[in-house]
Amino acid sequence: MTARVGIVLFPGSNRDIDAVNALRIAGAEPVVLWHESVDLEGVTGILIPGGFAYGDYLRAGVIARFSPVMRAVASFAAAGGPVLGICNGFQVLAEAKLVPGALLRNRGLRFVCREVALLPEHMDTPFTREVGERRPLRMPVAHGEGCYYADGATLDALERDGGVLWRYTNPDGSVAGPDDPGNPNGSLRGIAGVRNAAGNVAGLMPHPETAVEAILGSDDGLGIIRSLVVSAAEYAATGRIAGTKQLAGGAA
Amino acid sequence: MTAEVPLHIVLGLTDEELDAIRGKLSREPNDLELAMFSVMWSEHCSYKSSRPLLKTLPTKGRDVVAGVGEQAGVISIGGGLAVAFKIESHNHPSAVEPYQGAATGVGGILRDVFAMGARPIAVLDALRFGNPADARTRHLVDGVVRGVGGYGNCVGVPTVGGELVFDPSYQGNPLVNVMAIGLLEDGMLTRASADGPGNLVVLYGSATGRDGIGGASVLASATFGDQDPSKRPSVQVGDPFAEKLLIEATLELIARRLVVSIQDLGAAGITCATCETADRGGTGMLVDLDAIPRREPGLEPFEVMISESQERMVAIVEPSRWEAVREVCTRWELPVAIIGRVTAEPDVVVLTAPDGAGALDADGRPVPGAVELARIPAPALASEAIVFNRESRAPARRRAAPAPGAPAEQSDSLPVRGQDPGAVLLALLGSPNLSSRRQVYEQYDHNVQANTVAGPGHGAAVLRIKGTTKALVATTDGNASVSQLDPWLGAALSVAEASRNISITGARPLGVTNCLNYGDPTRPEAFWALAEGVRGLADACVALGLPVTGGNVSLYNEAPGSAIAPTPEIGIVGLLDDVASRVGPAFCADGNAVILAGESGPGLAGSEYARLAGRAQEDAPPVIDLEREARLQAFVREAIARGLVESCQDVSGGGLAVALAEMGMWGGRGAQLRLGVGDSPAVALFGESPSRLVVEVAPRHVPALHLLARQYGIHTDALGTTGGSTLVIELAGEGATGAAEERGSRIADALQVSVDDLRHAWEHGLPRALGWEGEDGEGAALPRPEAAR
Repeated sequence: MTARVGIVLFPGSNRDIDAVNALRIAGAEPVVLWHESVDLEGVTGILIPGGFAYGDYLRAGVIARFSPVMRAVASFAAAGGPVLGICNGFQVLAEAKLVPGALLRNRGLRFVCREVALLPEHMDTPFTREVGERRPLRMPVAHGEGCYYADGATLDALERDGGVLWRYTNPDGSVAGPDDPGNPNGSLRGIAGVRNAAGNVAGLMPHPETAVEAILGSDDGLGIIRSLVVSAAEYAATGRIAGTKQLAGGAA
Repeated sequence: MTAEVPLHIVLGLTDEELDAIRGKLSREPNDLELAMFSVMWSEHCSYKSSRPLLKTLPTKGRDVVAGVGEQAGVISIGGGLAVAFKIESHNHPSAVEPYQGAATGVGGILRDVFAMGARPIAVLDALRFGNPADARTRHLVDGVVRGVGGYGNCVGVPTVGGELVFDPSYQGNPLVNVMAIGLLEDGMLTRASADGPGNLVVLYGSATGRDGIGGASVLASATFGDQDPSKRPSVQVGDPFAEKLLIEATLELIARRLVVSIQDLGAAGITCATCETADRGGTGMLVDLDAIPRREPGLEPFEVMISESQERMVAIVEPSRWEAVREVCTRWELPVAIIGRVTAEPDVVVLTAPDGAGALDADGRPVPGAVELARIPAPALASEAIVFNRESRAPARRRAAPAPGAPAEQSDSLPVRGQDPGAVLLALLGSPNLSSRRQVYEQYDHNVQANTVAGPGHGAAVLRIKGTTKALVATTDGNASVSQLDPWLGAALSVAEASRNISITGARPLGVTNCLNYGDPTRPEAFWALAEGVRGLADACVALGLPVTGGNVSLYNEAPGSAIAPTPEIGIVGLLDDVASRVGPAFCADGNAVILAGESGPGLAGSEYARLAGRAQEDAPPVIDLEREARLQAFVREAIARGLVESCQDVSGGGLAVALAEMGMWGGRGAQLRLGVGDSPAVALFGESPSRLVVEVAPRHVPALHLLARQYGIHTDALGTTGGSTLVIELAGEGATGAAEERGSRIADALQVSVDDLRHAWEHGLPRALGWEGEDGEGAALPRPEAAR
């Protein structure tokens, strides 16, 4: 059975096209979820795509978190359903406190669109389980506010509890610190993506959904999208997802 | 504006134009009518100086389904799909307020494309500025680049290509030309024609405010004086979020067949949208001024009618569809209002009620006591607007290009005997106009929508079409430095290079859109340059079989004391039937043959080499043989279709040496080559004579390629072989330079530079020129050109 995966559409979302394309390639049935509706239409996985929700004039994601659909997404997440936020979707999840940390303006204070390499930290999570061998994954970033920030204690806890899912890497494979060439935005400790304490909600700044076909330069992102789809199918079948029990507590 | 100055002068109309207006109306115009004429008869809206010239352009093409006169050209690409594309200038607003000028330039051209029913899939931006070391230039570059990115990134349309050129002539008057490309299903094609008397005139999108009052007449149609800041209120302010909603709502309205026609509001605002749609439909309109949503109270009628507030559209809607149209706009959170009715009599009539509560009743009839503020025949404002036949005079000091076959001039400058031509190559690669644009295009989202096969930085952009094997290939090119010497040749070269950049990917060029950036048409020399440019554009398009499907003319590009170099900016979209067959410009493998197709001609004038080394006194730009250019492009397309080509790059800025260096850098490998240099190594290495390609060919295909070239009458030279980490070009012939020649050898010391050194010079040139070093984690102290030698 094909998993139904919802794509949250805010006014201003613009990577929804990429997300629909990627989910189809990953074998899922994409279901567009309008921002004003609290009806998730029976989806068993949710992808919050990139863009500029509500224009993001104040601060990325700050308005979107108050939308009706996000209330539904929050309860879906609390019930253990898999939620992946990409780029603006990550910013929205962070503003909604569904994942830890915050996304600040890029260190260079300019929008940056380029290919980066990110290394998965754990291969057994709902968002990396289909990636295969652990290696740097090539995919684009495209954002102006992608500098991952959290206080030292939070970062230590994240690393201790396996909350860091992806880090930017340098050409030589080392983790790309804030000032390294492999780090496009100055993210602390090279963090490109994290998940919540329960393990079922994750966000990342790079765009796996735009890197799912070799003709577009890389298909390294497909494993991440397929992981979400497989997790959505598992959640549909069993009401839970393997890999989300390793961590204590239900909230971020 | 003092009391003595008559209103029509204040509005930018001449006495002659005022008389013509009296003639059209058979009476004195009132102030509102005068304001409407002033914007519609502006150079920007009426093409009053260029229209007689533009009539000479070839516009017919087998697959052209919408062409000149429409908001954007549309060409069928088969399989029930078509591509819409157009390029437009936003030069003057960008000179006054770079961020908003550039941003609204992107917004305006996107509306032209999706108003035709096409979803915008790509933007290309062609930018030209003055001296990159100048503080004001750096301010303009930074603002324009942020503006293009700020708007394009937010609406979710990738910026996939364009140009960034520096030349002193743009110091006081930068150029911002933006091209947009859209994809549509045949059934979606929508024209801006107000058909069906009784139909509703619906305005949706942002509310109308005071921004952009008289942008078309005050800004775009006059040269800059000294009080530029006073023009800032004439610059519009963009809201890309509103535009994104406008795109989705408009495409839904069209897909659901809810509208008869749609036109975007750009220059001249509501006045333009109403009179142009009415004129195209052979109808008129009752416009209810009171019904137009305002951003602020107290707007004068003329402000409402000519405001250029952004992100607005006018739709012609059958009354039965109104409720559905309102639902769509409301869902997308866009204000929407019925602002008038289509009428049979061809007048645009502006009405207001005494109480300002609405001048039309539910059936579209004027309410009792409604006041008629203006009544103008739609054609008088649009298709029958005033036209001038300007005086044209060639400048006295014009040097004609040499006839084909004229003897090569002795190069009197670099590289001279004993000097390393490799140093010249490094200096060229690091120069502001030839170095990598990465630091600029990384500020643009160039892969949103997941179609970008080849983005900015390495030749033409390639966009796959989902659900097919096809791809669109797009480029912009403009040769201003040659246009300054010979405007006919410069325009012809621009078309040839743009088309060549499409052909070397294997794609078939479909059609041309053009943005003609020239000077004050009331100066005979400036108008001569425009006339010659249009003639060159027409000649090249005919020779290459390309229809012109639309574009835009930007005149008065002059700052006090200086006019820009005539700049014909050419945009071309091509079609690749099988994206898998695409050929790129980077060396693919070691051991392949490197072949030069086409013949080198004399002349260094107008080249980047001449910009660097200074031009010989009696030098002239290389000429072009358009018939040979057409054969060369047909040859390379067939060679690629037959699978004979591994990679291909055209010879343009910086000449053959730069083309070879680019293929090496981008492919991460060198080449061992030998080049006959005739009597001028400078011309052979760095000359920019057109109609030449470098082709990388696998050894087993070399005979077939030479044979195919002979069949097309194209001369080929085998230069050598790819491989190694160094670009080596041995120079052979009388003009060869260097110690070896002094030893009596016919072979000079080779041009020899490592690929790493080439890449270093190329990648650091632009940030060094703009003072952007150290930004965004970019490199440490960079070598000066001398150090590179």
